[in-house]
Amino acid sequence: MDNLIEIRWHGRGGQGAKTASLLLADAAFNTGKYIQGFPEYGPERMGAPITAYNRISNSPITIHSNIYEPDYVVVVDDSLLESVDVTSGLKSTGAIIINTTKDAEYLKSKLNSYSGSIYTLDARKISEEALGRYFPNTPMLAAIVKVSGIMTDEELLNDMKGSFKHKFAKKPEVIEGNMKALELALQQVKKI
Amino acid sequence: MSIRERLSGNEAVAIAMKQINPDVVAAFPITPSTEIPQYFSTFVSNGTVDTEFVAVESEHSAMTACIGAEAAGGRAMTATSANGLSLMWEMIYIASSLRLPIVMSLVNRAVSGPLNIHNDHSDAMGVRDAGWIMLFSESNQEAYDNMLMAHKIAEHKDVLLPLMVCQDGFITSHSIENIELVEDEKVKAFVGEYKPEHYLLNKKEPIAVGPLDLQAYLFEHKFQQAEAMRKAKQVILDVAKEFEELTGRKYSFFEEYKLDDAEVAIVCMNSTAGTTKAVVDSLRAQGVKAGLLKVRVFRPFPTEEIANALSHLKAVAVLDKADSLNAAGGALFEDVTSAMYVSGKQVPMVNYVYGIGGRDTKTDDIEGVYKDLLEIVKSGKIDNPYRYFGLREE
Repeated sequence: MDNLIEIRWHGRGGQGAKTASLLLADAAFNTGKYIQGFPEYGPERMGAPITAYNRISNSPITIHSNIYEPDYVVVVDDSLLESVDVTSGLKSTGAIIINTTKDAEYLKSKLNSYSGSIYTLDARKISEEALGRYFPNTPMLAAIVKVSGIMTDEELLNDMKGSFKHKFAKKPEVIEGNMKALELALQQVKKI
Repeated sequence: MSIRERLSGNEAVAIAMKQINPDVVAAFPITPSTEIPQYFSTFVSNGTVDTEFVAVESEHSAMTACIGAEAAGGRAMTATSANGLSLMWEMIYIASSLRLPIVMSLVNRAVSGPLNIHNDHSDAMGVRDAGWIMLFSESNQEAYDNMLMAHKIAEHKDVLLPLMVCQDGFITSHSIENIELVEDEKVKAFVGEYKPEHYLLNKKEPIAVGPLDLQAYLFEHKFQQAEAMRKAKQVILDVAKEFEELTGRKYSFFEEYKLDDAEVAIVCMNSTAGTTKAVVDSLRAQGVKAGLLKVRVFRPFPTEEIANALSHLKAVAVLDKADSLNAAGGALFEDVTSAMYVSGKQVPMVNYVYGIGGRDTKTDDIEGVYKDLLEIVKSGKIDNPYRYFGLREE
């Protein structure tokens, strides 16, 4: 299980963190991996903090607990930095990826002096530019793929094209925008 | 070639039901099993199956409709959880006493109260004496495989008992994982057609189902139910063998994971067994001879087989995901310890109640249990055999 990668998503209900974790599981599955994608179910409601998880491995995964020592953490909403201990258990060899426009000083002050890598992405700007609306999960999906190297950019883009065609069969006009959001995020995610 | 897929446990069960294509499905939605009838109803709507889907107004009616359909000569299925099963209670016993091989997917959840929608095994443990065959599933794969084997076991002429396939609510029911599916036509051939010997809609043989049964014969009929449960053991093994020929996946009453040469072992059911496997692997890497016995068939309970499989151990912990609130220990613990005693096997045993109401079961928790077992081996003492883990201590 040396190759096991564990990811924890923090978002707010309605932002699509759960969907993003399932899409990541899907994409990794399509590159031949063993995968788990599962949210932590609570009293879900719009805006409430939610957590979702991914395990991705080259060999079968039998563990069925939540993830306490993730390799990567994705924060879909930076207001959570004020209320949730997002770096809890996060491995120093890993990374945290935050959807934010806040500066490095602020972020470091909120991350309990986390010693691993910190990446940021302005998913709002990308989403509004590409889709005309705020759906942060698609850019954040691309960001975690870029940072973790779970698959190549091409593998992600090819796979998501197929997924979007299926998912948005009844509104094909949004496929192009979602693809653009992925591409922009792959380019713009940056380490601070 | 099997089909490589990724599905949640609920999706896997719904796909199995689609492939089985039963005559009747009657269900009422309840978290976390709601998705099963939801997905299945789409298969009905788009004509993938020709099942009569009965959208009843309660779980009591769901089980009643299944009883009616099965007694009429059809193959009936349902899905439920926790309080849904509670509401079926009366009809659960009637289904088994009428010897109707109904198949149910039970997505395990804590029975209220207070209200909780998350996983434990209190729903299943509440019907353990109701005369149903009960299979437990570690993963989406096992929930699917158990479903495919269910009718062949339940409908066998030596058995004719209803059967429930359990899996852990949310933990496996809502987690997307890899799975190997069997092709539709192979499932169809494996499950076969249901041809009951006696049924209500047979005009050549008018029969009564469920009449008054007083002192003269009820006892004998209950004895026949008990006999059927005893005979089910061989049928379960035979069906597993056929299933292995079809899929290469091996099933029995229980799975022994690194148990042969183990000194300490855990006995548990459903998803916790998977987490335990990972802990066994890491302890083995440290030189600890840890093992696991995962119970798949809880009813009928494989008494002698479990006693034999555990007899060489120095200490055993039985994990119960439901408290029996009897000041004595959980249901699985009582069954395992009684199996040992009756078989004349003496192994130090402890019980842990855990995971109640969805409390997450971590690898650290399981490691703690093995550590306790090693301590028992060292000291030869068990201060309190009825314990808890994962309970808040403050």
